[in-house]
Amino acid sequence: MNINAKAMHFKDLNAKIRECDDSQVVIDNCLGQRYIGTGLNHKDIIINGLPGNALGAYLDGSKIIVNGSTQEATGDTMNEGEIVIYGNAGDATGYAMRGGKIFVRGNSGYRTGIHMKEYQDKIPVIVIGGRVGSFLGEYQAGGVIVVLGIGEAGELPVGYFTGTGMHGGKIFLRSDHEPQGLPPQVICRVATKKDKAAVMGYVSEFCANFGGDPAELLNQKFYLLMPNTANPYKQLYVNN
Amino acid sequence: MAVDYFYPEYEIVRDPNRCIACRVCERQCANKVHSYDEASGKMVCDDAKCVNCHRCVALCPTRALKIVPSGDTFKSNSNWTDNYMKEIYRQANSGGVLLSSMGNPDNFPVYWDKILINASQVTNPSIDPLREPMETRTFLGKKPTHVKRDSNGRLVPNLEPQLELALPILFGGMSYGAISYNAHECLARAAETIGTFYNTGEGGLHKDFYKYGKNTIVQVASGRFGVHKDYLNAGAAIEIKIGQGAKPGIGGHLPGLKIVGDISQTRMIPMGSDAISPAPHHDIYSIEDLHQLVYSLKEATNYEKPVIVKIAAVHNVAAIASGVARSGADIIAIDGFRGGTGAAPTRIRDNVGIPIELALAAVDQRLREEGIRGNISIICGGSIRNSADVVKAIALGADAVYIATAALLALGCHLCRSCHTGNCNWGIATQKPELVKRLNTDVGTEHLINMLTAWGHEITEMMGGMGINSIEALRGNRLMLRGIGLTDRELAILGIKHAGE
Ligand code: SF4
Ligand code: SF4
Ligand code: SF4
Repeated sequence: MNINAKAMHFKDLNAKIRECDDSQVVIDNCLGQRYIGTGLNHKDIIINGLPGNALGAYLDGSKIIVNGSTQEATGDTMNEGEIVIYGNAGDATGYAMRGGKIFVRGNSGYRTGIHMKEYQDKIPVIVIGGRVGSFLGEYQAGGVIVVLGIGEAGELPVGYFTGTGMHGGKIFLRSDHEPQGLPPQVICRVATKKDKAAVMGYVSEFCANFGGDPAELLNQKFYLLMPNTANPYKQLYVNN
Repeated sequence: MAVDYFYPEYEIVRDPNRCIACRVCERQCANKVHSYDEASGKMVCDDAKCVNCHRCVALCPTRALKIVPSGDTFKSNSNWTDNYMKEIYRQANSGGVLLSSMGNPDNFPVYWDKILINASQVTNPSIDPLREPMETRTFLGKKPTHVKRDSNGRLVPNLEPQLELALPILFGGMSYGAISYNAHECLARAAETIGTFYNTGEGGLHKDFYKYGKNTIVQVASGRFGVHKDYLNAGAAIEIKIGQGAKPGIGGHLPGLKIVGDISQTRMIPMGSDAISPAPHHDIYSIEDLHQLVYSLKEATNYEKPVIVKIAAVHNVAAIASGVARSGADIIAIDGFRGGTGAAPTRIRDNVGIPIELALAAVDQRLREEGIRGNISIICGGSIRNSADVVKAIALGADAVYIATAALLALGCHLCRSCHTGNCNWGIATQKPELVKRLNTDVGTEHLINMLTAWGHEITEMMGGMGINSIEALRGNRLMLRGIGLTDRELAILGIKHAGE
């Protein structure tokens, strides 16, 4: 089914998507409508245009392809499924996602991957082609974030305060420079062959969507950030 | 070091003539206070470990035990109280942040106790609730501003989703993790029988309890633990937890050690991983952002469920509530500074926030002045202790109240304020199987039902006394209240007159 979303209210648009029985919905002229694909499964969406905030919130298995950019909180608390964004993504991309994958060809804003977590067989993945803003992986509790920094010429593709409050998961940064000022609870080292092998699949999927050679990308220098298990967060309490 | 030595706060008095050395107390005390001395054939105890939970007292078959304050004091000082001195010693020893549980116990004014309820005499006769119909049924949700009709004049239903309660009382949010499986089961079953709701708190919903969904409010907090589509759709309403009266502005941190077994599954995080709830929701920095979360939840549940926004009562509560009322939320829950908690930094619990009575009156007044009171229902909590508090809260403007500490008391809690130790001898604030099983779920459920039934009788009796036969007519009816011993300013904020006026 094709929906022309021009000047359509988000409630009407989302009701149409929910009610439609087709396995694929194409939305044309999308402009700022929020909550598209909320909690969706069994149905894929192709969006031509610019969806609004909270695209794919609580997503539960559907694949969403965006031929354009997204705004804030894409994939908020996503559980399963895939979001492929051909443009850029806004702030808080993948907030608290527990499963599924988000691929962004361009850049992503502040607080990307904040409070991502993994559970049993669910390991959420975010791959960003370009660069990201500050607070990448804040409070990260699980899952994998890969920032490829394509077109950054080896410069560090992140803003400030990466990994603040991180207590699980992994962050891979393709960069010639080590991020500075990381919190003491986070360790950072050059990624080994073995480390890279673990994300080969995700980078290949990224390249399958947007082009590029995964082996070539992974051949370059990556830094790997992980929580420092020797120095966990603890605020010492005393019983009163 | 001697400086950290405190003489025990409580003394365990055992009547040697009554004690038969049955060792029940030894088995019942998870704090390992009592023990049996083989040599003398007598029971001995280490008073210093006692938290005064009364478990041993209640189970001693010969009534041989009582717990009394030990009476040891430092040199009397109204400024440097014993508590403040001990807290410094504790911190000097550990460098730790003081941690407490349950509600603020300090001597702040309790406005409920300074408010009196009216009754009819001669005019407007009182009503006997046993003989005449009394309506306590309450609907929570947005109220329509206008009647909609189609071209044939037929009514077009335009009512937003509502929660229907037999009594204006719900059980407040307490997570599985903070309280036990058995405690949750009691709350769920009692809510179902009475016709009200219990609240999952932020720890997700155990798979066994999905069957109580139509009496369940599911909570979404900043950590988003256990939040997924089925969870959101399992309950009758969704509550966004912004804050909690006991610790406004503070997030939560359930240490990995407590994330075991079912708790890990229900929260949907791996065993042993820390469950950190950030202080704010990092997608909510404004009312517009709150609006976004409210609507993403409504979208996820097809606009079928009311959304509650729970905030702590803080200084600007009226302005914040006005924003919440415009965020698309259906219900606002306001939690006063005496609200309970499974663990909170002592300083926050005892110094941050304001009393629920003042917050409630201010919010109701503000929403009325702005003409948006019908946009949103108000639930208030943060120490509702009895049916009179409920009546006063409704007359001050609440649609319903949350009770949590009162519910735990009905389950056997003795307010020992040691929940954060995880050693609750009553099987409530603990995950230790041998302690949890002490809370018999049939008995616990019945106790909760009894308490609510009794409160229901008392509420209708007080309503009848005022000549009011419907809870609707009591709501916001501040003429039914008078203050006693309050200043003009306090009366003005509460919007009530002084007794005698
Ligand atoms: S439970 Fe009572 S009778 Fe039994 S050992 Fe303890 S104090 Fe003595
Ligand atoms: S902690 Fe409770 S059970 Fe143990 S001795 Fe004190 S009152 Fe008795
Ligand atoms: S729940 Fe248990 S630990 Fe907490 S105050 Fe009540 S009796 Fe004490």
